[in-house]
Amino acid sequence: MPAIEAHHLTRRFGSITAVDDLTLTVEEGEIFGFLGPNGAGKTTTIRLLTGVLTPDTGTIRIAGIDLRTDPLPAKRCMGIIPENSAVYSDLTAIQNLTLAGRLYGLPAADRNARARSLLADLGLADRADEKVRTFSKGMKQRVSIGCAIIHEPAVLFLDEPTSGLDVQSRRLVTGMIRRMHDQGSTVFLTTHNIDEANTLCTRIGIINRGILAATDRPEILKQTFDTTQSIEISFAREIDPSVFSHPNVLRIDQRGDKLRIVTDDPDRAVKYLAAWADREGVRIASLNTLGPSLEEAFLAITGES
Amino acid sequence: MVLPLFFQGALAVAGKNVRIYYTKPPVFIFGLLFPLFLFIAFFMGRGLALSRFYPGFLAMTLFFTASSVGPLITPWEKRDRTYERLLSYPLTIGSIILGDILAGALFGFAISLVILVASLLIFSLPVGDPFIVLAAFLLGTIAFATLGTLLASPASDTPATVMMLSTLVRLPLIFISGIFIPLADLGGAAQAVAYLSPLTYLVDLFQGAMNGTGVIGPATDLAALLAYFLLFGAGAVYFQRRNVMKGL
Repeated sequence: MPAIEAHHLTRRFGSITAVDDLTLTVEEGEIFGFLGPNGAGKTTTIRLLTGVLTPDTGTIRIAGIDLRTDPLPAKRCMGIIPENSAVYSDLTAIQNLTLAGRLYGLPAADRNARARSLLADLGLADRADEKVRTFSKGMKQRVSIGCAIIHEPAVLFLDEPTSGLDVQSRRLVTGMIRRMHDQGSTVFLTTHNIDEANTLCTRIGIINRGILAATDRPEILKQTFDTTQSIEISFAREIDPSVFSHPNVLRIDQRGDKLRIVTDDPDRAVKYLAAWADREGVRIASLNTLGPSLEEAFLAITGES
Repeated sequence: MVLPLFFQGALAVAGKNVRIYYTKPPVFIFGLLFPLFLFIAFFMGRGLALSRFYPGFLAMTLFFTASSVGPLITPWEKRDRTYERLLSYPLTIGSIILGDILAGALFGFAISLVILVASLLIFSLPVGDPFIVLAAFLLGTIAFATLGTLLASPASDTPATVMMLSTLVRLPLIFISGIFIPLADLGGAAQAVAYLSPLTYLVDLFQGAMNGTGVIGPATDLAALLAYFLLFGAGAVYFQRRNVMKGL
């Protein structure tokens, strides 16, 4: 049985169609990444799938339960981690988690023990009884995660879960996503972080202007939509990218002290770069050839390259 | 299956509201200080008989306290970005509104009960018919808490704006409701206008139960409060559903 089934979802706001006839199935046990440029319809889709908004047309089933006709049982199967942590700053961490447990229908006897155990897992055991208003953004996001998984949901929705977090909090969040997945939860993740989607997701959907433009495994998307390859090169001194001109060098992006050179023929491009460095007397600090990237595939699909 | 889930959700929302919103300054100012200052301004230094105006003052306290929590909750949650998450929990708009009503009603009931008991003990005022007083307390707090929730319906995510709007609505209801001039002393058009205020029926219930000077009659008063509760509740569900995404 699919964990999430959406059929012909359409949602309009006045004259704007935010989601246009979207059909999507996420199988049980998948980590599904949902990507799209700003304003593409990601947030509206996640609001429709989580029951915050109702579609103008179309149906949604969560773990086989119709969200329109049985919203409360369907919502009990989900856990939602919104982008802006969205926890009650006037409550303590433990009160936030026990409130979520109560709303998800956990028995009173289990709520407190489960909340304490989760807070320990999230590295907040010693702050459990402090009001959340004193917490950093990363700590609030951890409380938010605790609220979403206290009932061990079958389906976990995450909206930009690592946006604006420091490295430790980001690792903790991705670790928790993997752990929930290992324990059997299906994960639906929206993100702007393409590397994150590439490393976490078993399948990816790309939405553009309200229409689901592509759905497949990340490697298949890369091979289908990115026919280019890249070379990442770093020189011992700073080089102006505009000095490179070769028919097989399609585009050059500056990335810190490295240049990423998009090419349709890595062999010729590498030989050209090596010859140029030799001629100019510039030492090459590092050189890597890279395969098709999800970022290039994303840009090709959304037409923003 | 769904019915218990609905009420479980409403009770959880009410519990959350009690923890978070009872101590917010706007609730204290508009729910407690405001009726107290109104009473002091009207009553002090005028040599009025307390027993004559006490039912009106009690009704005003109940009205302000019960309707002061509701307007704050939704805009506060929209501003803090917790409202969208609340909608994604196993709740419906109806169960969220019921939770807000219960929190407002409990606040109004508790504060008004304390004032009633303290007044009875200190000033030896007549308790009147306890059943009518209890029914008035229950129906009055629920109806006015529902009004408070209806007042939260505008799409604003600025609590101060909604609190100002709610004061703008509540104050005229006070002045036309027979608190400052008993309903029996009002005549013609003034009495007709008084019947438009839901507070009039609560004042009349208390006047009838405590002083025996009710004009309308307890059955009609209770029926009117019930009708206002249903009207406010239907309005709150309609407008909050319509404005659900505004301010998110």
